[in-house]
Amino acid sequence: MDNNAQDPMVPQLYEVTRTIRETHDSFSLHLKSKGDSDIPEFGPGQFNMLYAFGVGEVPISISGRAEKSGNLIHTIRNVGSVTSALNDLKKGHTLGLRGPFGTSWPIEACKKQDVVIIAGGIGLAPLRPAIYALLKQRDQFGEIAILYGVRQPKDLLFTKEFETWRGKYGIQVKVTVDSADREWKGNVGVVTTLIPRVSFDPTHTVAMICGPEIMMKFSILALKQSGMSEKNIFITMERNMKCAVGFCGHCQFGPAFICKDGPVFAYNKIKPFFETRDL
Amino acid sequence: MDKPSVIDKEDLNKLIAKLNQQGYKTIGPTIRGEAIVYDRISSIEDLPEGWTDEQGPGHYRIKKRNDKALFGFNVSPHSWKQFLHPPEKKLWTAEKNGSSFKIIPEELENPKFAFIGVRSCELHAIAIQDKVFIQGPHIDSVYQINRKDLFTVAVNCGQAGGTCFCVSMQTGPKVNSEFDLALTEVLEKDKHYFVVETGSDRAQSIIENLDLRTAENQELKIAEEIIDNTAQNMGRFLDTEGIKETLFENLEHPRWEEVANRCLSCANCTMACPTCFCSTVEDVTDITGDHAERWQKWDSCFTMDFTYIHGGHVRNSTKSQYRQWMTHKLASWIDQFDSSGCVGCGRCITWCPVGIDLTEEVAAIRKSDKTKIDNI
Amino acid sequence: MKSLESIIENHPFFKDLEPRFLELVTGCASNVRFEAGSFIFRQNEEANQFYLIRQGKVALEVCPPNRDPVIVQTVSDGEILGWAWMVPPYNCHFDAQALELTRAIQLDGQCLRKKCEEDHSLGYQVLSRLLPIIGKNMEATQLQLTDIYGNRS
Repeated sequence: MDNNAQDPMVPQLYEVTRTIRETHDSFSLHLKSKGDSDIPEFGPGQFNMLYAFGVGEVPISISGRAEKSGNLIHTIRNVGSVTSALNDLKKGHTLGLRGPFGTSWPIEACKKQDVVIIAGGIGLAPLRPAIYALLKQRDQFGEIAILYGVRQPKDLLFTKEFETWRGKYGIQVKVTVDSADREWKGNVGVVTTLIPRVSFDPTHTVAMICGPEIMMKFSILALKQSGMSEKNIFITMERNMKCAVGFCGHCQFGPAFICKDGPVFAYNKIKPFFETRDL
Repeated sequence: MDKPSVIDKEDLNKLIAKLNQQGYKTIGPTIRGEAIVYDRISSIEDLPEGWTDEQGPGHYRIKKRNDKALFGFNVSPHSWKQFLHPPEKKLWTAEKNGSSFKIIPEELENPKFAFIGVRSCELHAIAIQDKVFIQGPHIDSVYQINRKDLFTVAVNCGQAGGTCFCVSMQTGPKVNSEFDLALTEVLEKDKHYFVVETGSDRAQSIIENLDLRTAENQELKIAEEIIDNTAQNMGRFLDTEGIKETLFENLEHPRWEEVANRCLSCANCTMACPTCFCSTVEDVTDITGDHAERWQKWDSCFTMDFTYIHGGHVRNSTKSQYRQWMTHKLASWIDQFDSSGCVGCGRCITWCPVGIDLTEEVAAIRKSDKTKIDNI
Repeated sequence: MKSLESIIENHPFFKDLEPRFLELVTGCASNVRFEAGSFIFRQNEEANQFYLIRQGKVALEVCPPNRDPVIVQTVSDGEILGWAWMVPPYNCHFDAQALELTRAIQLDGQCLRKKCEEDHSLGYQVLSRLLPIIGKNMEATQLQLTDIYGNRS
């Protein structure tokens, strides 16, 4: 191992092999290691710190692995200076990457259970590797439902994949938007309204939720109302993050460091803190 | 280790010289401006002989003593953290090369520090930062190299400061954790000597070279009495019984709002604290845009940007910032690192410009603990 | 063909309704279908209908004068459409348009109101089933208003 690999604060160099425009404000980057090291193994839900030269670094969840090359995929919403610089990268460009960091979605705990996945906005990206992990051994799980809410139809990610998930794997995929024009023939309403519309046995279900905190709060309430137990609900948290290895202190959430104890948490482990304002 | 020895001022000077000879960079208390600070020292001449400090909430003064004590004061404004976890450090440099770039990590150099005059609370603070930076799954390479050969000459406190509460935190005043040498300064009538205990083999070999005499029982007894007396005279008290639960159960206590009205969120407490470890990173480029650097700098949970995520700040009030600082220090630290984040050194009280006293804040919360108040 | 009564009995809204009430409700009911694109009711019309959706999808729209219509909610299988029939002055608040072929049970609002007035036990049954839905709608509206997915920066 060289010095670079040992220091968790020093990025490795990766080459952009493909860029994909996903929506009006989101894009995906396919990344290949420029060094000798293999593309690291990662758990669904884990994230990397991506560095845009001279601009800075941001935590981005891994949204998948390219089918043939095995390259890492990150799906990014362009909301700030670093994500904007990443958005400007073209095929062949270089970026820095540290990771993968953090906890993963509880795929093992889903075995022999029904699975409800609730995603809001860009939150579908960190959940996509979990969805693929479920599809890979589809017969190990009962009903699988994916409930996906966004602001407007133009914000929907990965729509081309929905048909495969439905058709080939028998997954219930329900989509809703907060508001729409007449072009939209799908559901309008908040994501929680989809919960009664899919079939799952609440007493034998694992739920995984990723989206804005308010959306997760309402989803938890609705899942509990449907009869689910808190201990089977998993959520992801987001906070400011500088180091991703527990040194910088920024991502603290009560006793947890989001970077190493999260981003995926069992809801009942962080419940008292999740319900405290401005924590 | 052997029975404690006795060392006089002259031999103490030889000890410092010996450490320097062995390549150690000796750092100790010395007077700068109107404060006793930790800085490079090369002999006992640099120590604040005959000076003491007076500390209270938002109050610090140095004063002349009527003796020639070398360590007759309490803790300095800044802790040893400035050397092990420096306020600013360059992490790496990146050089652009067409559409690609390369990253050049910083060359690290072992500074080989010897800290002279480390108090018991400060040794505990170093042990706490060790847990953060070098005992977890990831290693902070700068801290690691600074810490690697650290030689500690500890001092048992001969007096308690006005804001000290190490007894409450079980971190002093007697040195009771890992050290190389531990001194107790004794001044009686015309005698001025130090009882010295040895805590490591490398210290033992240095001591052997100095050819010291073994301490007499009477001298040991006097040294013990000095430390006992310090323990009896703590400036502050903090009740730590069930403190984690108490604070977690009182996250919505009205006292947070009350203290927020006084707090200036100036971040002094976090800078002065010997265990506060938070940092941020800054990316800079030169004017050509081809040369970039990444710097790590101390940060504080009292700054607004600390919790910025796209679109807003999570802790956007002084109330939530102070609550974070105190609950982290005294409660969540226990979950994170299996010890309190507070060593009772009192710096946060002394260096708070408005004299906020965390021992007082904890007491106020306990007094009207919302989980217990129903019983009144 | 299923009887009206058994359709109503099997709709989630009237799940486990006592037979005597079921009979009263059925007395106000008729079977309806709406082609995709057709309007079921319009804003400010008198609200005299209450629909139990059997199958299909209906959009509730608002149409500001200088803008394209905005869909604010859709209701579909097993859900209900309209509750203004219960609240004076009984006016529709939205345009309701079938997005696809929609089959429903239409309950005459005046008829059902009258029966609820005469038999408060029935009234309680209807209201206690309606209220959670109204509550949920309000909650959803609040969530939509906070624009949680929006980019605040």
